[in-house]
Amino acid sequence: MKKHWYDYLWIFSSVYLALGFFNILFAWIGLICFITPLLISIIRGSKVYCNKYCGRGQLFELLGGKLGLSRKKMPPKFLRSKWFRYGFLTFFMAMFLLMIYNTYLVFCGTTLKEAVTLLWIFKLPWQWTNTSFVSPWIAQFAFGFYGVMLTSTVLGLVTMILFKPRSWCVYCPMGTMTQGICKIKHRKAACGGANHVGNSAE
Amino acid sequence: MSPIKKLACIAKDCVACGRCVKECPVGAISVYKGLYAAVDKNKCIGCGKCVKACPAGVIELMAREAETA
Repeated sequence: MKKHWYDYLWIFSSVYLALGFFNILFAWIGLICFITPLLISIIRGSKVYCNKYCGRGQLFELLGGKLGLSRKKMPPKFLRSKWFRYGFLTFFMAMFLLMIYNTYLVFCGTTLKEAVTLLWIFKLPWQWTNTSFVSPWIAQFAFGFYGVMLTSTVLGLVTMILFKPRSWCVYCPMGTMTQGICKIKHRKAACGGANHVGNSAE
Repeated sequence: MSPIKKLACIAKDCVACGRCVKECPVGAISVYKGLYAAVDKNKCIGCGKCVKACPAGVIELMAREAETA
């Protein structure tokens, strides 16, 4: 099958994660992965970002599929349930807002915490990166945002190993949010106007 | 009647990730308006590749007669 440029976006995701170890300020680049899917779903009303351009999904596919690091077992049913997906999205967004609030506190004069929070609990010391040439709040956002990205990668890797390579896609907060936006945009189709079981997409 | 006995059917809780679209060898699946994956039953050859690939486990192969009945 013919490869496209976007089939190599897993390189972008891998480089992004690596860059964070050299200088945390590179974490800001990750905003692309937040803003792009949202804009696509809002403007075009589609999940084309998940379908084609998600580098993280491609990375899991590569590690779990081609490199065989996944057990390739069926994930538990609750993972795809509306309650779990939207619950996880709510929790993820609450943690994201908390991170923004911490950035605001540093902006107001609180001391910068040079640590990356993994899985919302573990504080990993990250003092080796030089952030002295930017305002403390810029560095604080980078630490917080990198924590969000690292946490989602770790969760994705765990579910990749335990279940299917792209199990993360099932409960990915961005995927849930963009699908929710598409549901709002295409209300009629989402409310059972189209029976998609075995039917063609028109 | 189609000589192909099986047909991929996608349940309502599809997450529209598009993994099945990539896997389908005949291009029978597309993501409909970012809502769910939809199968073109005229194209589907019932190979089951999408069933294996689906990370949510929402695709299953059904007998064509049962689905169309």
